[in-house]
Amino acid sequence: MAKSKKTPVDRRNFLKGAVGGAAALAVDTGAAEAQRAEPARSAATPLMAKESDPGPLSKAEVLTEGRSGSDYMVDVLQSLGFEYVCANPGSSFRALHESLINYGGNKPELITCCHEESSVAMAHGYSKIEGKPACVFAHGTVGLQHASMAIYNAFCDRAPVYMIIGNTIDATMRRPGAEWDHSVQDAVAMVRDFVKWDDLPISLAHFGESAVRAYKIAMTAPTLPVVVVADSELQERPVPEGERLRVPKLTLTAPPQGDSGAVAEAARLLVGAESPVLIADRAARTPAGLKLLIELAETLQASVVNQMGRMNFPTRHPLNQTERSRAAIANADVILGLEVADFWGAVNSMRDQLHRTSRLIAKPDAKLITITAGDLFTKSNYQDFQRYPEVDVAIAADAEATLASLIEACKRLITSDRKRAFEERGRKLAELHQEALDKARTEATYGWDASPISTARLYTELWAQIQGQDWSLVSDAAFSSGWPLRLWNFDKHYQYIGGSGGAGIGYGAPAAVGAALANRKHGRLSVNVQNDGDLMYAPGILWTAAHHRIPLLSLMHNNRAYHMEMMHLQRMANRHQRGIDRTGIGVTLNDPNIDYAQIGRGMGVHAEGPIADPKDLGPAIGRALAVVRSGEPALIDVVTQPR
Amino acid sequence: MRFSILFAMASALLAQAPGSAPKAGAAPSGNAQNGKKLFVRDGCYQCHGLQGQGGAAGPRIGPRPIAFAAFTMYVRQPSGQMPPYTSKVVSDQELADIHAFLASLPQPPPVKSIPALNQ
Repeated sequence: MAKSKKTPVDRRNFLKGAVGGAAALAVDTGAAEAQRAEPARSAATPLMAKESDPGPLSKAEVLTEGRSGSDYMVDVLQSLGFEYVCANPGSSFRALHESLINYGGNKPELITCCHEESSVAMAHGYSKIEGKPACVFAHGTVGLQHASMAIYNAFCDRAPVYMIIGNTIDATMRRPGAEWDHSVQDAVAMVRDFVKWDDLPISLAHFGESAVRAYKIAMTAPTLPVVVVADSELQERPVPEGERLRVPKLTLTAPPQGDSGAVAEAARLLVGAESPVLIADRAARTPAGLKLLIELAETLQASVVNQMGRMNFPTRHPLNQTERSRAAIANADVILGLEVADFWGAVNSMRDQLHRTSRLIAKPDAKLITITAGDLFTKSNYQDFQRYPEVDVAIAADAEATLASLIEACKRLITSDRKRAFEERGRKLAELHQEALDKARTEATYGWDASPISTARLYTELWAQIQGQDWSLVSDAAFSSGWPLRLWNFDKHYQYIGGSGGAGIGYGAPAAVGAALANRKHGRLSVNVQNDGDLMYAPGILWTAAHHRIPLLSLMHNNRAYHMEMMHLQRMANRHQRGIDRTGIGVTLNDPNIDYAQIGRGMGVHAEGPIADPKDLGPAIGRALAVVRSGEPALIDVVTQPR
Repeated sequence: MRFSILFAMASALLAQAPGSAPKAGAAPSGNAQNGKKLFVRDGCYQCHGLQGQGGAAGPRIGPRPIAFAAFTMYVRQPSGQMPPYTSKVVSDQELADIHAFLASLPQPPPVKSIPALNQ
């Protein structure tokens, strides 16, 4: 162990077997004093003594300890460099919780969450800014059940989330009642389909190895969630006298690079192409990935279509053709997919009518190449792997780690003739990019003065006040027509974190708070456009942001509905020719309208609204930004148009 | 995330209105006021926005809508992702009212008048 601290605390009786005997021998002065104080404390709580005390305490019985297994667990967590533990408190990890705050000095810092789904989603958002996991503690039963959807989102989004869950394996050690309800034979079974690895250590040394191994696995591409069970007896028992515990060394695995022959073939196709397109989804795991994709695109003067699973490519780069992605893909003779979760969907379209039909968008003879770590790790039950893509070159590797060798392979093949052709192509693409940007700006003016406020106006008003600052948009733009990605100038890796992954609603608010937590120490201004239905899953995250002084500006995208579902209902009603006048039933969030400003204030967050007149929005954003700059969260309830 | 591709698909919809050629002069005169109500009642706003301004779910359709015959043809028999509106759900007269509403929408301010759109 890295360190030891004697902080005697009352615990349940565990004078059982050899471990208990060893603990009795190890009793220290503090423990003895605690024992002597016991009769007076019992007298002060007669009812409790009557109901639960087995009888007068034996002088030989040891009720305190100086060093628990959970202290060692904290040593391990500290060695892994976690900054934060997100948790809703739970008795199955009470020892770990106590060791963290007292023995560990609250390092990593415990972040109080009001729901385990929030804990995991916070860690999910944090990981995409910081590039490493935050830790989550949860009950192995009810906590993990709450957390499961958020774990699934992180799994689909290839995000490393690191969970420690409490459980009591030894049935004879369980308190009657809730502790049985909170115990389980195989805790991780319910989420094993969508975590990368899990373990149930049965000794402290085993815990140390598994905890370090879990971190390594989570951080190896494809990065994914992991779960380690911390048995409550293992947490609460004293460290056996004389047991030599050490924290295993962590060495992160170098990410897998593409096979050199396959990379050379990809380079040959790309350099020879007349209209190559690079499609990036979760390609840039780190800031280096963004730089490498810029270098590849500029080397080839190729179109880039950014699906924005991560901040892969600057929005204002002249080679960025995202705004005209369909035309770019339809015209391409070579298409390279970089960590594209749904490559089939990128080159095909499916029509959602009574008879679903699909057709190829890309040219039939276009050469298709994929580089994805997804090919290295696929599970079968949950279908997040999407439809099977028929491609010409499939490289099972981490795209970011492969880009450097691909760039070099391309450079080796570029002749002066090709270079001239590339430069001419680049000039045309720059013109098309500018045309698309001008068109998007014009489109944003339609409905400019409308009330409820258009989403284009909302993002433009926000942009007016944050540009020039070190900002980070910590929310997804999919439900607001992608306006920020069409209008704002994104050029830094942390300025966009993509979406939920699994489209599980309830991710947005806690992920934004988690990302803002990561941004805090860098002094970045975190902004969040918050969907109303999403916030209603677990609004307690607002309190977490206020309690922990996490600066974050949230603008409600309050369209007063689960709008995506409303459109699905409309589609069904039209298909059945029944009219859509009742399709609000079950999907609208009105009557009464939800007062998000009041909810925010109730959680200790500066809040204004509802604001439905666009003229009022700019000044409200200004006031809220002043609060955020002082280090606090703020929320503005903006009544918006649907998308 | 595939919003950009969805947007591009949506933008292509009205340009691809299928079917027979529209009959000139067949458009009934529309009531823009009633059209505004129908635009909400019939859920047009859900994809196209309350002022027809469009977005990822549906293209802009105002203030200068396509010709009424092509408009009707597409609404009845869309070739893209838009759900079909048959005459059982929306009458021709109601479509004319909606078309009149779209035609009555104000022109937007010029881009140059909005500083944040030029930065």
